[in-house]
Amino acid sequence: MDIFLQQLINGLTLGSIYGLIAIGYTMVFGIIGMVNFAHGDVFMVSSFIGLTCFLLLTTVLGITSVFLVLAIVLVVAMIFTGLVSWTIERLAYRPLRGSFRLAPMISAIGMSILLSNFVQVAQGPRNKSIPPLVTDVIVLIDRDGYQVTLAYKQLIIMAVTAVCLGIFWFVVQKTSLGRAQRACEQDRKMAALLGVNVDRTISLTFIIGAALAAVAGTMYLMNYGVVNFSDGFVPGVKAFTAAVLGGIGSLPGAVLGGLLIGLIETFWSAYFSIEYKDVAAFSILAITLIFMPQGLLGRPEVEKV
Amino acid sequence: MQAGVSAGSREAVLPVALKDSAISAVLTFLVLTPLVGLRATEDSGGPLILTYRFGLVLIFAAIVAVLRFVLHLTLWRPGRIKGARRNAALASLAEKAEPLAKPVFFAFAIAFPVLAILAAGDLGSSRYYIDLGIYIMTYVMLGWGLNIVVGLAGLLDLGYVAFYAVGAYAFALLSTSVPLNDFLDGHLGEGFWAAWAFWLCLPISGLLAGFWGLILGFPVLRLRGDYLAIVTLAFGEIIRLVLINWVDLTNGGAGISSIPAITFFGIPFTSGDDGFAALFGLPFNAMHRIIFLYFVILALAALTALATVRLRRMPVGRAWEALREDEIACRSLGINTTLTKLTAFSIGAMFGGFAGAFFAVRVRFVSPESFTFMESAVILAIVVLGGMGSQMGVAASAILLIGGMELLRNLTFLKDPWLLGADFDPTLYRMLIFGFAMVAVMVWRPRGLVSSRLATIFLKERKKVSGDLVKEGHG
Repeated sequence: MDIFLQQLINGLTLGSIYGLIAIGYTMVFGIIGMVNFAHGDVFMVSSFIGLTCFLLLTTVLGITSVFLVLAIVLVVAMIFTGLVSWTIERLAYRPLRGSFRLAPMISAIGMSILLSNFVQVAQGPRNKSIPPLVTDVIVLIDRDGYQVTLAYKQLIIMAVTAVCLGIFWFVVQKTSLGRAQRACEQDRKMAALLGVNVDRTISLTFIIGAALAAVAGTMYLMNYGVVNFSDGFVPGVKAFTAAVLGGIGSLPGAVLGGLLIGLIETFWSAYFSIEYKDVAAFSILAITLIFMPQGLLGRPEVEKV
Repeated sequence: MQAGVSAGSREAVLPVALKDSAISAVLTFLVLTPLVGLRATEDSGGPLILTYRFGLVLIFAAIVAVLRFVLHLTLWRPGRIKGARRNAALASLAEKAEPLAKPVFFAFAIAFPVLAILAAGDLGSSRYYIDLGIYIMTYVMLGWGLNIVVGLAGLLDLGYVAFYAVGAYAFALLSTSVPLNDFLDGHLGEGFWAAWAFWLCLPISGLLAGFWGLILGFPVLRLRGDYLAIVTLAFGEIIRLVLINWVDLTNGGAGISSIPAITFFGIPFTSGDDGFAALFGLPFNAMHRIIFLYFVILALAALTALATVRLRRMPVGRAWEALREDEIACRSLGINTTLTKLTAFSIGAMFGGFAGAFFAVRVRFVSPESFTFMESAVILAIVVLGGMGSQMGVAASAILLIGGMELLRNLTFLKDPWLLGADFDPTLYRMLIFGFAMVAVMVWRPRGLVSSRLATIFLKERKKVSGDLVKEGHG
């Protein structure tokens, strides 16, 4: 029972990160129907932006307040990752609208390879580790020497995720940008006829997705304290799995899927085998797509001629 | 009137170009600053420190600005008449050259070892060139195999390397299996399995890979294009993770070594009396085996090409191409789409398996390291850059990409302190260039290097089908 509770906490933390990345996949898929394969690498890039910003703040400017550092890193990472994502969309995806079916996907795969290797060249191939920022833990249960703990950093991750999702929900549901986005999702041509600037809306979708990925990237950096140029691939695929599991195109689905994937992964590692945890996630992806392509909360896809 | 318009637009070009290049320079600077301008550097075991390279960022920003400025004044200039005449001349030249491309390619490929030996001076020093030839030819074959799946049937397969791995491991496991060795040696004579392992395992590896293609393909081929891509990616990763973690069978990450070497149809390439050199009355040279390996991969690649050409003329091949263009139309015309996709998927997988067995016998060592997603991405990049569906395009892009990467390795003059410094490693840029090339080709030339081809079936005369007239691939 204690182990179960501990894994539940760990799983929800991991799941929050996956959920934040998954929103980027699901939003882009909803609006232009493409799998943004490079999104996992955008997440990795955001971690590196967070890393350099963190070093700038602590080693050069000498700021010691952890929360101030975290807040600034978060905002800076969101802004710059949004900029990176905007540039990617502009250069690699926008010219391909109206090209053949596989073109955006292939371009995104190229972009993913380009990003991870660019970071490898620019920042070096070795793991970059930072000292742990938040080390305090709350002991929830202490029984027979086994402690169930909730680390402050886990608490921060869940709280930041919840706040970001709240803001994001407000943007999508209540603002004119959100309305434009939903309109484009339903019918891009009709939305354009009604005066929605479709290109701008799509760009903003990419920026918002990247900003949420940057939140995940910063939280990832804080939680694990280490980042590598190849760290985008596996979390990217897992977050895509989360988006698919929740029902691609559905925003609550992405969060739900993220939490589920995080929980499945931690429980699988704890109770079965840690070596096969990635196999478990990848199998869920395959099984969901084969047997339940509409996911948990998604709408079944209707094929139109 | 016409002249007036163009004169007016010419004057308007300059401020637009200036504004655009200024904006792009600022953007480049902003995007690159946190990733290039600031570098988290390891400080000999201590904590990370920041190093600054703002000069480099400024250089990049300046390059982007100048490039965009030049492009605005030339290629993107409003009202610019495209060089249609030159393109037409080029096109007619290409049209004349195209039927010759394949024979020329194969003639060169067959003559390649002789040319390499002549160029290098003697047999021993030609090793580098022939090894490179084998390496490139392996990718030509893999490209042609994947071309069946991606180029002809239009199924984006991101896990092609899984079948390469299945082929390699099938051969590696069978050829090093002790009980099998004992059994066959006991019944068919000493040393039988060491001599014949490759030739007996080659078809088995291919069939096994094709069988895996069937098993994996069957459930997923109902999915739409990009889902299929992700699921094949997941399968590729699952197979690799199983190879790493199933230590009892595959020896895990340490891999399988001491795989028997290739034989000349049972005659080993050794210096002994029953070796290849002694039997053919030649002085012994280790290069014989390498040259033979080259011809084996050439034959396998030729088999792939020939099979593809023949299959395209059969109903199933036409169904592949029809399926790539419009799946719903296909279904309404009574084509069994699942079966058609499955054949393409498993035939492509089979050729991947052949190439895998060849890889295992060439390197004589297999480990999961060789079968990462990046390998799939390289093969996909070759197919995409070559022009999906075009065989000569794929061959050309394999030579260009793999040969080009080898060239990059040799660009040691860049390490000159005046250029990029001694710690510049050109090989790190390999995948960076691959990724960039994939994006660039999709944006500027989505049909790849070879963008038109002859129709497979025709009414009266064989006409050229331009890439612009078809939706997906070629023709």
